[in-house]
Amino acid sequence: MKEQLVVVGNGMAGVACVEQILKKSDKFEITIFGDEPHANYNRILLSLVLAGEKSPEEIVINDIEWYQKHGIRARLGVRIATIDRGRRVVVDEDGGETEYDKLILATGSSAFIPPIPGVDKKNVHVFRTLDDTRALLEKARPGLKVAVIGGGLLGLEAARGLQVRGCEVTVVHLMETLMERQLDARGGEYLKRKIESLGIRVMLPRETAALFGNGRVDGLRFASGEELEAELVVVAAGIRPNAELARAAGLEVRRGVVVNDYMETSDPRIFAVGECTEHRGQTFGLVAPLFEQGRVLATAITGSRSLSFEGASPAAKLKIMGVDIFSAGSIDESESGVETVRYEDPSLGIYKKLLLKDNRLHGMILVGDIEDEPVYMDWMRSGTDLAPNRRQILFPPRETDPGREVAGMPDSEVICGCNGVCKGDIIQAIHDHGLTTLAGVKQRTRASTSCGSCTNLCEKLLRAVAPDFQAETRTSLCACVPFSYEQLRDIIRGQKLKSVEEVLHVYGNRKGCEVCKPALSYLLDMVWCGEHEEDRSARFINDRVHANIQKDGTFSVVPRMRGGVTTPDELRRIAHVADKYKVPMVKVTGSQRIDLLGIKKADLPNVWADLGMPSGQAYTKGVRMVKTCVGTEFCRFGVQDSTQAGIELERRLENLYTPHKFKMGVVGCPRNCAEATVKDLGMVGQDGSWQVVVGGAAGKSVHKADLLITVETTEQALEACEIFFQYYRENANYLERSYDFVERLGIEKIRKETVYAPEAEKKKLLDRLARSKALAKDAWLERNAPVNPTQFVQIQPMENSYA
Amino acid sequence: MRDAHDWVAITNVESIPLREGRAVTLGDMELAIFRLENRCLTIENKCPHKGGPLCDGIVSGATVVCPLHGQRFDLESGMPVLASQPGCVATFPTRVENGIIFVHLGGRRQQEQAA
Repeated sequence: MKEQLVVVGNGMAGVACVEQILKKSDKFEITIFGDEPHANYNRILLSLVLAGEKSPEEIVINDIEWYQKHGIRARLGVRIATIDRGRRVVVDEDGGETEYDKLILATGSSAFIPPIPGVDKKNVHVFRTLDDTRALLEKARPGLKVAVIGGGLLGLEAARGLQVRGCEVTVVHLMETLMERQLDARGGEYLKRKIESLGIRVMLPRETAALFGNGRVDGLRFASGEELEAELVVVAAGIRPNAELARAAGLEVRRGVVVNDYMETSDPRIFAVGECTEHRGQTFGLVAPLFEQGRVLATAITGSRSLSFEGASPAAKLKIMGVDIFSAGSIDESESGVETVRYEDPSLGIYKKLLLKDNRLHGMILVGDIEDEPVYMDWMRSGTDLAPNRRQILFPPRETDPGREVAGMPDSEVICGCNGVCKGDIIQAIHDHGLTTLAGVKQRTRASTSCGSCTNLCEKLLRAVAPDFQAETRTSLCACVPFSYEQLRDIIRGQKLKSVEEVLHVYGNRKGCEVCKPALSYLLDMVWCGEHEEDRSARFINDRVHANIQKDGTFSVVPRMRGGVTTPDELRRIAHVADKYKVPMVKVTGSQRIDLLGIKKADLPNVWADLGMPSGQAYTKGVRMVKTCVGTEFCRFGVQDSTQAGIELERRLENLYTPHKFKMGVVGCPRNCAEATVKDLGMVGQDGSWQVVVGGAAGKSVHKADLLITVETTEQALEACEIFFQYYRENANYLERSYDFVERLGIEKIRKETVYAPEAEKKKLLDRLARSKALAKDAWLERNAPVNPTQFVQIQPMENSYA
Repeated sequence: MRDAHDWVAITNVESIPLREGRAVTLGDMELAIFRLENRCLTIENKCPHKGGPLCDGIVSGATVVCPLHGQRFDLESGMPVLASQPGCVATFPTRVENGIIFVHLGGRRQQEQAA
């Protein structure tokens, strides 16, 4: 007969502990009681649900199937009222009794509500559970005045979540600086600036004396008498352990349920884990030590004392995108023998402080740059002697043996705490599925898909285990907005940012430069399929006036001639323009177009009107042209109608923008007269089929294009072109030519994600292309509707004695 | 007539889009006026490197980047941002009053009037 194990609490600590027990032993029949009606979810990610970055479903750790698979009885929405230790039963609120041989208390903690008059008014919330989050989401709306009481981790995350929902948020904090338990005053000051730059008001120090309002809250009154209007108040003033059940049962309880180093309470049949516990006088509110406790408990409850819990040094990370804050260890500078090493850069908002004791890392505060956190944590855990490289500690060199850390871990060690993935699971997945990238590991194991703090560890594991490991190149755009393109696309999408200024204000240095502004302009246009807020001040001059600036400040004008085909009438108009505006040079380009060079900015609108032809986009990172041969129409050797196919291709893609310039060619036979195989995208006609080729180049580097696919009909070929085109638009870094892009990703991956992708995926790419195309316009039409009255002309001074 | 220290009224502030520059010709001088968040700044519209039109550059904070070769100048001081860059550009006091931009040509104008 199996032993009856009852777990009171269905939160992260309790369930993670059960997972550990299941790995060690099958001698228990397990019942889990949870007073929330939900399966086990990741509480630390609630702020991301509030901010709209994740859905409630995405933060579920163990779904109902998991409980069934392991034969666990889950009693959700059932609260345990009492423990009868004499009879070894727990009694739920309806009087139902459940016997136990062993009992685990994992009752967690609740929001601490300070005894302020008026906290019981309507629209005063806490932020602790999924239901709290849902209640906040129901009330959040643009313009709602919100006050968050508490400037700690949870308060700030709640404030940001509500602010991205459009609320006007003020954080009110009792102390002089924010997150004072994790940061020093200087770090708190940096954090405050960053939070304020996001558009959140911060009031320090403010003691809330009362909440006023008639039934419903209308605002806060501070001890000074000052008032703050608020239609919604979130109280995030800390947590307190849920220890009442244990206290009533006569167990030893101080602030929390007292446990020894084996997680036993004063009753040897009863264990406790997580935020309800108190160990050596310490209580817990962060996730990492709880997993450690769970491991120790699982060992002890299955009859071994080989592991013990020695306490945990605190570590905290703020989960607000773009606000990087990490703190760990002791931050008490006044401790004897502690030295501090500091670095700060106010412009970049970076503040690093390391506390050393006996040349060993004792604590750290990292604001604005947390890249080196894994290195520092490793130093702190292993007690590395830093004396030999004291000079490098603020900017530590990359590790030389990345496999060392993972080699020292047992297979059962949990790597991803959020999703309960251990080292062995990941190694198994790498071998079973031949994984070589972090993306692959994420997809197969879910490791590193939640809070991302184990990303580095996963990468190290991959590097050590997978023979063909491919590091993900994460180039940050520039110092103004220090994020990778991938992150920026997510940020723009997730935070619904529509303009360059918004991105720079929320995630950047608020200035931007000539590198990031055009790049962000492109990303916004691409992500929103043209429904972004266009800001010409963020564009290079060529894209403000739709012509290519020359060395003398004049411009060149290249009208569009689809497929390189023109008419006598067009040629007459071009000749007329060349005469009328005394164009210094008329030149046939290498792209089968005609270039009018040396035109003054002020003449551009009239030149375009006289030409009566659309923009050839020869000045921009966009669709340049399709070069064609005469194909079956005239050529003796042509086997496909390359001219018409080229004109159609150009028509479908013209007026769209791309990460870099984008040139195409269509040829009617493999003789390749129009050089399609050295274009970004080419169609090569064969007898009865087309080859679609991508990533060719004949510029600074010369590269023959790779074959994407061979298809039978012209329509199929055009569709393959469109799919690749949109895929490149969405996935290439700004200023990355197609040949670099194809080389970076590999043609096989590109085939899999474009022409060989499931129909639904292909349709999505084509739909987004169609959305962009529907809004794309001939830029030269701005001659009739300039974006501002001085777009093309000099200012005429109001008074000018020199005129 | 105004006195020698007078300011020249140039244009309504709205005729220059935010964070962009525009050229204006006064006599033999071509100036580039930039409209920033709370103020306007004026420099000569000619990059000392190869003569590029600075009014067409991208503005970054209170600096402008020449569209031809990326030389960067501080709009307040006219100094190049990189010390290795040769040359600086002249600056002209600028103020906005009742929505109108005024530029002070300073010594330059007095000299010419005297001549």
